[in-house]
Parts: sequence; C-alpha cells; structure tokens
Amino acid sequence: MPTFANDTILVLLDTTPDGQLAASSAALVGAASQVGTPVALVVGEGADGAGALGAVQVLHASAGDGLTVPIVDAVAAAVELVQPEAILISNSIDGRDVAGRLAARLGLSVAVDAVDINRDDQGLVAHHSVYGGAYNTQSATTFGPLLATLRQGSIEARAAAVEAEIIPLEVTRSGTRAAMVESIEPVVVSSKRPELRSAARVVSGGRGLGSAENFALVESLADALGAAVGASRAAVDAGYVPHALQVGQTGVSVSPQLYVAVGISGAIQHRAGMQTAKTIVAINKDPDAPIFEVADFGIVGDLFTIVPQLLEALEAKKG
Amino acid sequence: MKILVLVKEVPDTWGDRVLNLETGLADRAASEAVLDEIGERAIEVALSYADEHDDTEVVLLSMAPESAAATIRKGLAMGAGSAVHVVDEALHGADLSLTSEVLAAALRKSGFDLVITGNQSTDGVAGVLPAMIAERLGLPQLTALTEVTIEAERVSGRRVTDVATMQVSAPLPALVSITEALPDARFPNFKGIMAAKKKPWETWSLADLGIDGEHMGVPRSIMTSIAERPPRQAGQKIVDEGDAGQKLADFLRENRLA
Ligand SMILES: Cc1cc2nc3c(=O)[nH]c(=O)nc-3n(C[C@H](O)[C@H](O)[C@H](O)COP(=O)(O)OP(=O)(O)OC[C@H]3O[C@@H](n4cnc5c(N)ncnc54)[C@H](O)[C@@H]3O)c2cc1C
Repeated sequence: MPTFANDTILVLLDTTPDGQLAASSAALVGAASQVGTPVALVVGEGADGAGALGAVQVLHASAGDGLTVPIVDAVAAAVELVQPEAILISNSIDGRDVAGRLAARLGLSVAVDAVDINRDDQGLVAHHSVYGGAYNTQSATTFGPLLATLRQGSIEARAAAVEAEIIPLEVTRSGTRAAMVESIEPVVVSSKRPELRSAARVVSGGRGLGSAENFALVESLADALGAAVGASRAAVDAGYVPHALQVGQTGVSVSPQLYVAVGISGAIQHRAGMQTAKTIVAINKDPDAPIFEVADFGIVGDLFTIVPQLLEALEAKKG
Repeated sequence: MKILVLVKEVPDTWGDRVLNLETGLADRAASEAVLDEIGERAIEVALSYADEHDDTEVVLLSMAPESAAATIRKGLAMGAGSAVHVVDEALHGADLSLTSEVLAAALRKSGFDLVITGNQSTDGVAGVLPAMIAERLGLPQLTALTEVTIEAERVSGRRVTDVATMQVSAPLPALVSITEALPDARFPNFKGIMAAKKKPWETWSLADLGIDGEHMGVPRSIMTSIAERPPRQAGQKIVDEGDAGQKLADFLRENRLA
C-alpha cells in the first residue's frame, strides 16, 4: 500500500483528446508544491508526464464513458485513498464541471477561480480577484479539505521535476447518469504564439479593425512583439476570431506586462479582463474612448496608419 | 415538455460594481440591478423551442432577495409562462453549496424535463452551479453549449472547452448550460409586459423546501479578507501627428517592452 504525506495536495490534471497533459498542468502542480506535497491524478492517458512537472506520486485511473462523471468518480476514489489537505483543479470548463459535481457529491465547499493558494496559521487560503480585479479577496473552508479551481495563467510557481511513483487507482463507478460524447475534435492551437492567459504581452483587436482580413494587422503586431493575440467581444461576435481569444468579463482575464488595445473602445466589460495589466497601450481614433482612462500610453488616431508605422519602426530597430 | 430556466439578478455590468468591505457581499444598493444577460439567453433558448412546440411550459426559477421580483418579471414579459422565486433571509450570503442545494430542491419540487442555465453569472462567475445541481439531482449535464437542439426525448449540442470541440447528447431529463455564443434574447413587447403581471408566481421559503440554511454541520466557504484595488490612473495621451507609430515604438523600447 502506498502511503501519502499529511500535507498531500491532490491535483487533477486535465488531459487533451490526443492524450497529453493540458497546458494548465504545470501551474497546478506548482501551486500545490508551494503549500504541500503534490500528488497528481490523471484520468486516461498522460500520467507519464506528471513527474516532470513535480508530482511526487501520480494516481492513474482509466478513462470511462461519458462526460465528467467518470472523472468525478476517479477524484472521489483518489480523495478517499490519499485524504488530501486540498484538492486543486484547473478552472477550465472541464475542471469546473468536475469541481462542481465533486463538491456536491462529497459535501465540500468550493473556492472557484483562485489566483493563488497559500497557508496561514489557520490553514490553507484561496486568493481571488473579483469584479474584474477591482477587489482582492481571500476565502477558506470552515472545515474539511480545501477544494479550489485555479485560474489558468495566474500562477508562476513551478515545481522541480521528480521521479514520480505511479500508482494505479481502483475506481468504483458511481453509476450517475452522464451525457454522451458523440464526437470530439481537439482545438488547434497556434504553437508559435504564446498562450493568451499566461502571456507576458498581449495585443488585442476590436471592432475598429473592421474585418477578419484587417485583423491580420493585430496578428502581425503581436508577432513583432512576441505577444499573444486577444480580442473584444464585438470582434468575436463579428467573427474576426474565435471566442477563446475574447478578453473581458465573459472571456479570459489577463494580467500581462504589456496590453495593447487596438480599435477597442474599452467598455467596462472589456476592461474587467485586462485592467490589471502592468502597462496598457491604446490606439483609438475617438479621443473620448473609455480605454484611454486606463491607458498608460494612449494614441488618438487611425490604427490603419499607426500600426503599420509601428511595425516598420520595430522592424527597423531589429534590422 | 416542461423547461425550467435558472435566472439571476445581478449588478449591471455597465456600472461600477461594489463589494461591501465589511461583509464581502455585493452591495446591492450601489448598482443598478438587471436580469443577467446569460440568463436571458437561456430563456431565449427555451422560448424558441416553445415557439415551435405548443405543449411547452417555460418556468423561471430564481433564488434571490424579495426585491429581485421586478427583475425576474422581465423574463415573464419576454414570454416565460410562470416563475418560482425562492426567498429567505437565511440565504443572504449563501455559498455555492447552499445555493445548489436550494436550487436542486426547488427543481425537484417543481418537476421538469429539461433545466437550462447560463454557463457563468456575470457577478459570481463561478460556473460550477450547473454541475453541482446536476450531481444533486442525478442528471446528465451538458455544459458550455454553443448550440443546442431540444427534442421530445433528448437534448444535444456543441460543447466548446479549452481543449476540444465536441458533440454531446443526453436523454431527458437533463441539464444544459449555454454560453454567450447563443443568440441575444428577444425584447419584451408591451403586450408581454402587461401579460407578465397576471402570470402565475410562486414564492417559496427554505421551510417549503425542507432546508435549514443555518446548518453548519457541512463545510461552508467563508471570505476571510477583502481589499479594494486602487483604481488605475490614466497616463499620457497623444494625438497622432504622423509620427505616433514611431513614438509608440520608442515608448515600448524605453520600457523594455519591445
Ligand atoms: C454581460 C456583458 C458581458 C460582456 N463581456 C464582454 C467581454 O468579455 N469582453 C468584451 O470585450 N466585451 C464584453 N461585452 C461587450 C462590451 O460591452 C462592448 O460591446 C465591447 O467590448 C465592444 O467591443 P469593441 O471595443 O471592439 O467595439 P466598439 O465599442 O464598437 O469600439 C470600436 C472602437 O474602435 C475605434 N475605431 C474604429 N475605427 C478605428 C480606426 N480606424 N482607428 C482607430 N480606432 C478605430 C472606435 O473609435 C471605437 O472606440 C460584454 C457586454 C455585456 C452586456
């Protein structure tokens, strides 16, 4: 029988349809290593990769049929086995579903969208950034293990690679009704650009770009700066880019070193997703656009002349 | 078919939203209250099915303070047939566990074939309630749908996650949550607004649902601290005189951002 440390932090690692650990995994294990001993759970393929991220022990369960429920069954079995001090799950769509079901099944409270976890003299504390970063709050559970979902891209800590002990996990199926997955296609990610949520630099475009073709200007600027590409909801609604790139209240929250808003008015719901950026640059032809209220460097003018000139100036210096 | 749609009153995102620095709870008096946009889209999904199927009953369910009644009524004005409002002093500041327990109990009491919710509210943005409720009721959950097809015995749709796009389905009864990729909701017209005043409305308390809101024998999430971030200050703003691209390149270099 394997034994587990008293300060075990159980981390559920998401996997991709092609059997890889999801990009969120390193930060989850990193966060766990800050406050305890990281023990990973991988359902399906990908367990081999968890040690390299710093998981001391890796529980491996086979994938079952149906949406979410087989994973919840596996986490419940893992909790029973390791008696963790905390359970950390990615605040991804899949992760939130697992966390929600798990909380209801085990009667745990749940701390959602934590941006950090630390330990004080009372135990483990989850940190949150709410209302678009206007408030920082902390939460804890009255008793029992802390169950938290971690915002992707919010944690910089990484654990050192270890030789992990891989432990097969027996799972008793709950028999809870699950939705059927009829077909599945992996999301194709552009590998040459940094991931939006954790990027140090982000260039976002809005309705001011006017068309999907013109949006290429935003992409060129992002590439010149080594930045990720983001967008406003109006740009997503107009079909210039997929929803995954939406920054704001109902999209992704980012806190990069540099945020460049091109042709974005800066509606309050957009600002909610980017106003904690270190430096904000805005290009907009409307001098009264609200984006200027939060910009460190604002330019009133036509993006179609300013961005090409900027690209040239950046290129000139490089050459 | 009986469709229950979960709706929520939230502070209008167009205004400044305020948390009470002592209680950590939303300061409801500080902002305009509106029906959450994602809940309106959920109502729209139900109504567009009802438009095509005469024997469809669309019921709104909300757990909210008494004062939210006027906001919830907007959903009736849009076309929903009736509303269930769960009101209880003990629910003030309820955490997600208690909220899901209450909504699940109300759903059980009301009965349904299909439950439709938004994927995330615009104030709490937790996004875990749909799964919590599904677990409590033993239902299959189809979350984060960007397209929904409702049929007599089954619901299906397209689900876009962080890593995949999939087609999912479940026989009824089931619970779905939708994203803002679904269409904007219809506007209530004058006739709808007048009709809404006469539609059936039930108000249930925790006692009606057999729940003890003060029960501390289960773990509860508590806020242990809260701090307001200082608002951002505007920096320099220049008007392009033909060299703004160059100036921006200089700014980025000076700040080691390019
Ligand atoms: C509940 C709710 C949630 C929402 N969530 C989000 C969210 O997550 N993210 C989000 O972004 N929005 C969100 N919105 C929408 C938000 O209110 C705005 O509608 C949206 O952000 C506007 O996008 P935009 O700035 O691209 O478009 P617009 O507001 O139309 O702004 C376009 C800007 O481009 C400028 N422009 C045009 N042409 C040029 C040019 N040639 N050169 C320079 N500038 C030019 C214009 O001056 C204008 O300021 C939400 C709204 C609601 C109600």
